[in-house]
Amino acid sequence: MKKEDIIQPQNLVMKKPDLMNDTIMHYCPGCSHGVVHKLIAEIIEEMGLAEKTIGICPVGCAVFAYRYLDIDWQEAAHGRAPAVATACKRLWNDRLVFTYQGDGDLACIGACETIHALNRGEKITIIFINNAIYGMTGGQMAPTTLVGMKTSTCPYGRDPQLHGYPLNITDLATHLEGTAFVSRQSVHNVTAIRKAKAAIRKAFTNSMKGIGSNLVEIVSTCSTGWKKTPLEANKWMEENLFNFYQLGDLKDTTK
Amino acid sequence: MKDNRECYLMKGNEAIAHAAIRCGCDGYFGYPITPQSEVLETLSLLKPWETTGMVVLQAESEVAAINMLYGGGASGKRVMTSSSSPGVALMQEGISYMTAVEIPAVIVNVQRGGPGLGTIQPGQADYFQATIGGGNGDYNTLVLAPASVQDMADFVDLAFNLAFKYRNPTFILSDGVIGQMMEQVYLPPFKPRRTEEEIGKECPWAANGYKLRQRKPNLFSSLEMDPRTMEQRNIKLQEKYALMRSTEQRSSEFMCEDAEYLFIAFGSVSRCAEEAVTILRKKGHKVGLLRPITLWPFPEDRLNSILPTVKKILVCEMNAGQMINDVKLAINCQRPVCHYGRTGGVVPTPEELLESMLQIIEGKD
Repeated sequence: MKKEDIIQPQNLVMKKPDLMNDTIMHYCPGCSHGVVHKLIAEIIEEMGLAEKTIGICPVGCAVFAYRYLDIDWQEAAHGRAPAVATACKRLWNDRLVFTYQGDGDLACIGACETIHALNRGEKITIIFINNAIYGMTGGQMAPTTLVGMKTSTCPYGRDPQLHGYPLNITDLATHLEGTAFVSRQSVHNVTAIRKAKAAIRKAFTNSMKGIGSNLVEIVSTCSTGWKKTPLEANKWMEENLFNFYQLGDLKDTTK
Repeated sequence: MKDNRECYLMKGNEAIAHAAIRCGCDGYFGYPITPQSEVLETLSLLKPWETTGMVVLQAESEVAAINMLYGGGASGKRVMTSSSSPGVALMQEGISYMTAVEIPAVIVNVQRGGPGLGTIQPGQADYFQATIGGGNGDYNTLVLAPASVQDMADFVDLAFNLAFKYRNPTFILSDGVIGQMMEQVYLPPFKPRRTEEEIGKECPWAANGYKLRQRKPNLFSSLEMDPRTMEQRNIKLQEKYALMRSTEQRSSEFMCEDAEYLFIAFGSVSRCAEEAVTILRKKGHKVGLLRPITLWPFPEDRLNSILPTVKKILVCEMNAGQMINDVKLAINCQRPVCHYGRTGGVVPTPEELLESMLQIIEGKD
């Protein structure tokens, strides 16, 4: 059997989504961002929403998210993506409006906008990449950094007496009346990726149906910031982050 | 001839709200602050979402409100906010971002006295902030200064048209007097909001997904890693500001034809100055008033054209001396320029301005 015989549409099991272009990603090896980008592109394509989508990107590692997905994007100021998305969705009811934010952007400088957009029940989806560290600026302490975890601004480990406690903002979001669907997932293996895709798809579907606000956290790796190999990072995430940030659908009002 | 215009008696803040609905505004996003809360209150009472479909939302902060304008403007919609001095200070980051990626929007500042929390009484101390740019980077915003409730009603549509003409945020820099006082006002006729197709045609640059398959994706990002590319973006912006500067200067005059002594005042203070001119003229003094309607661009061309007869200039403002800098720059210091200012929320009376001008006329300045 020749190679050409195998490369046939009926044998296709994996395909790069059309909305994803060939720009070389700036993300580090082992980073979770690329996988989540691909999932978003796949879902928008599967739902036929390319001409109905407005993406809002953050300040942080995903500041360049717009380079990789061929949809309309608005780059928000640090932390303000939920406010930007609020206006877009209210002014364009039939659009899919989503934000894509890291932990520093969403849970620290943008905590106010995040909480209020979710609590108002804005018909948007917030994709929350939580790697417990500031990646873009070089590995500083994030609001989500675990107690004892070492970063460049808590080099002796996060000490609650000095730095306060990690903020579990996704758990907080489950208590807000405006949220319809709150889920925490990861993308470190195939099973996790499939679950994450289902969660994002559910959030996007809710957003299009006008059901509440939707938050999907992806507990992610930052091998560079954590100073680990990609494999070590995956293992460290499973053994440490998953204890504090437990995976699963945390709230679903549509059930 | 019968006058078919709709005439009302209302506050400047209420006129802003009515005018917004009537000029096809798509969305208002604001946060309560004295002395401008009537804008949001009036809109909430009028429920335009049930008639024109206009969105009205009370934001969680001025920071959120300006970023809502960022999103709405970038998607091609006519969006506006209103606030007062401390609130507008919070918006500066967003305004800088909007100018960087050329997002049209209208921002109303009903100024109060500062600095800090200041007072809820009228002020004009945000002149520098509005005309020079209170955010980071080299940028300018168009600034319209209403002097009456009628101006408040008329400037909303004008501000939107300028904002979209230049793809730039446009300020209506009002003050607590104009916002709070009631006057007769003719409201503009209703203009329908644009359809999706009309927005698609007028704003092919907008990020809203419209006909994405037939074009390149639209992106709004002020981030540029290569300094040379960033400089090129700056040069392009500066060319636009130069065009605005040469095209959009607006002003009005009162008894300037033979004026030897010239008041220059904007907003509510120009009303006091007009009264002072009337009284001084009756006393035989050749006094006039130039009222800048655009504070940026400053109406330097008009000022220079009336300058030949002018001996001295008195700039009157509710601040410690801000517009006076633009006056001196505009005439390249060819005439003596004096200043009379009240601060902290104190509104000058026509008598004060008159006395100040008399001192100048009598050479006691």
